[in-house]
Amino acid sequence: MHQPPQSTLGRIWADRWIYLFLLPTTLLLGIFTVYPTLASLWFSLLDRDGFGSDGAFVGLANYVELANDPLFWNAFGNTMQFLLIAVPLRVGLALVLAVILNASLPFVRILRTGIFLPVVTTAAIVGVVMRYILDPTGGPVNLILSQTGLADGAVNFLGNGSLALYSAIAIWVWKWLGITVIYWMAALQTIPADLYEAAEIDGATAFQKFVRITLPLLTPFTIIITLITAIDATNVFDLLLTLTNGGPFYSTEVIDIFVYRHAFVANIPRLGYASAAAMFFGIVVSLAALVQILVVARIGRRGGAA
Amino acid sequence: MTGSIFWKWVRVTALAALVCLWCYPFVWLVSASLKGPLEVFSKGLNLIPDQLLWENYVRAWDTAGFSTYMVNTVIVSVGTVILVVFHTGLTGYVLGRYQFVGRGLVIGILAATMIVPIGVTIIPIVELAGAVGLLSTREGIILALSGSGQAAAILLYAGYFRGLPKELEESAELDGAGFFRTYFSIMLPLAGPVTATVSVLTFLAAWNNFLIPLVFTFGAPELRTLPVGMLAFVSSNETDWSGMAAAATISLLPVVTFFFFMQRYFVEGIAGAVKQ
Repeated sequence: MHQPPQSTLGRIWADRWIYLFLLPTTLLLGIFTVYPTLASLWFSLLDRDGFGSDGAFVGLANYVELANDPLFWNAFGNTMQFLLIAVPLRVGLALVLAVILNASLPFVRILRTGIFLPVVTTAAIVGVVMRYILDPTGGPVNLILSQTGLADGAVNFLGNGSLALYSAIAIWVWKWLGITVIYWMAALQTIPADLYEAAEIDGATAFQKFVRITLPLLTPFTIIITLITAIDATNVFDLLLTLTNGGPFYSTEVIDIFVYRHAFVANIPRLGYASAAAMFFGIVVSLAALVQILVVARIGRRGGAA
Repeated sequence: MTGSIFWKWVRVTALAALVCLWCYPFVWLVSASLKGPLEVFSKGLNLIPDQLLWENYVRAWDTAGFSTYMVNTVIVSVGTVILVVFHTGLTGYVLGRYQFVGRGLVIGILAATMIVPIGVTIIPIVELAGAVGLLSTREGIILALSGSGQAAAILLYAGYFRGLPKELEESAELDGAGFFRTYFSIMLPLAGPVTATVSVLTFLAAWNNFLIPLVFTFGAPELRTLPVGMLAFVSSNETDWSGMAAAATISLLPVVTFFFFMQRYFVEGIAGAVKQ
């Protein structure tokens, strides 16, 4: 099949069936992801008090107001705590479990399934259920604590403003740990077994093998798993809305709840202001992801050259 | 080697204890769903109910409307799976097997959509859906779910189709099959394993989704999905512990059962995502 060289338009016309194949995805993603992202950018420059109202162009006024809103920085800080505390906790604990489960132990499949169970459950329902499990008067956790004498008096895990965010972080790690364990187990299986055998002949201890062989070889996976987990940590709306609704006194309010509160719950919605908060956070997330991807690419190149 | 066998069983026992602790909330939930309203408190940590009270389930299923929520959730989840398999398969196919003008642009946009937080897109989605009359409809929920963050499914399909031999299309062409017949009668059936993985992952994600059905059903309580209905139920029946437990068990049981049968596809799908 010899084809004469074609112009760009000619090639597009010849491949028209390809674009027809792309049409459904283009429409769906265009309407429900790409357009909304661009529209949000425009909305963030408007002052609008409801769906269907036109709104007035106010330039960067919403962003200026955000910068001076302590509740916005509170939500931003809570999301950051999720990224800086919950992500390392989940990634680290999962690695430890994966190393243990990767050894040829009996019943490994059952144990893995058990750890994985919370992952498949609905986050919004887990949030509701955990309110009852952690209830200070009748919840089983507090019953255990009081009957074993581990705590005197009820611990109000979710009603105490200085404790609630950490309770939420613990629940989030519990809920999603299983999926990170699977990631790590997949990563561990890429390490050739003969490396460990050689180290054993040289008399290396289990700890030495872990630090000298496992950790260095896992570096590229560590970066990608951390990136995936960090993106997860910015999507905790379902769990937190149902668990604490952002309370008490905004102590567990993350960015998405801040946006939701201003756009969908407030008596007078502030769509422009909510969009500005979402946009600002989206830009921060994108920049952070971009930096991480560039770092990964750099390490990849260096690894390739070595 | 007796020592090492000993330590192996110590590790298994420790892990088993951890797994019991891990699954305790669900055991407690099922137990509470079968207890009487007062028994939940009076029997405290004893997980065995005096007698199995199925009326909690009847109350949640009939009175609290969880039968309706279940139907809605099944329709939304199945609809989303069909639409997602349809559109991500088509796109994955051309991305995996063909060079064309704008291919780089398509891949770039797909990669970018992976990190857009739902908080950024939700306000325009609701506004747009409201403008075209999709807001209080199941179709609207299905379309919004199918169009949000499906890049991973497209990449799974693209990776699989890339690995199939080139002769497949050539022999189909000789038989006079057009692009669409080649795709739907030869290529898509060959991608069965990927379709299974994408279906399982999409089904779970749709079943568990909360924000989109929540904001789409503000004006239509009869269209709520299970998690949205759950929040509404406990908001008005905060003290009904056993009813809450029965409702939560009803909502979680299908997805947990589904996972036990489809575990292989699920684990392969997410492990493949990391290995690339």
